[in-house]
Amino acid sequence: MCVYVLNQDSAHDFYVNKLGFNVHTNVPMGPDTRWLTVTPPEQPALEITLFPINEGNMFDAETAKIMAELVKKGTFGAAVFTCNDLMVTYEELKAKGVEFKKPPTKEFYGYEALFKDDSGNWFSLSQLKSEQ
Amino acid sequence: MEQYHKLYLYKRIVQAKLFIDKHYSKNVNLEEIADEANFSKFHFCRLFKDAYGKTPHHYLTQVRMNNAQRLLKLGMPIAEVSFSVGFDSSTSFSALFKKLFGLSPSEYQVRHLKKQASFTANPLHAVPNCFTEMYGWKKSNI
Repeated sequence: MCVYVLNQDSAHDFYVNKLGFNVHTNVPMGPDTRWLTVTPPEQPALEITLFPINEGNMFDAETAKIMAELVKKGTFGAAVFTCNDLMVTYEELKAKGVEFKKPPTKEFYGYEALFKDDSGNWFSLSQLKSEQ
Repeated sequence: MEQYHKLYLYKRIVQAKLFIDKHYSKNVNLEEIADEANFSKFHFCRLFKDAYGKTPHHYLTQVRMNNAQRLLKLGMPIAEVSFSVGFDSSTSFSALFKKLFGLSPSEYQVRHLKKQASFTANPLHAVPNCFTEMYGWKKSNI
């Protein structure tokens, strides 16, 4: 899974120190890009690549600028994470300075909140209803 | 009123978890963690497990082992790693590490350092081919 970020150093800090993810791979790929992947502690097989929006082969200057603006604006939702107890995890992430777009609300499938990463990508954080 | 009580409870559980995150390298025990959150030991264990799906002891072990893996990847000697993540004995650290990950800390370290050396020699080995092509790294001198 690939998440486009505005700054890899800041993203590294956010995903590791705020979300508590582990660094899987961190290899320089030229002067201002690294192949940086992180994994959620409970799901080590899910590698999330934190990719910078740099001008180059993938993005020309104009596209890179537009992409960066869209990410910053919060256009892209990247994934759904689940947790055991949403209220506790919500309080924990808030205490660590994570910004929430939406506080926990009751949904038909359980409870859900939306948080943003340091770039502006949003994620759902859900506590799914017990199947019993 | 009940809502405020719950919020207070959530904050105390979070406080205990953050206490583990901060003090995992010290000789912390369950009583100390429960005290930090103003809970009795048994009540605290139950609430923590309900919140995070694992006991505080299990969580403390997980934090210690995640940090041990991080330090081993940096090339730190095994005895130093075990001390740095809160173990008194490197033998008990190594035994638990092997039980959890299926290989000893030294095997893990050698394997990782070899992989890292291979990535340093050829960074493209760290990246799936589709990305190396899309980003033009294959054609560059990386």
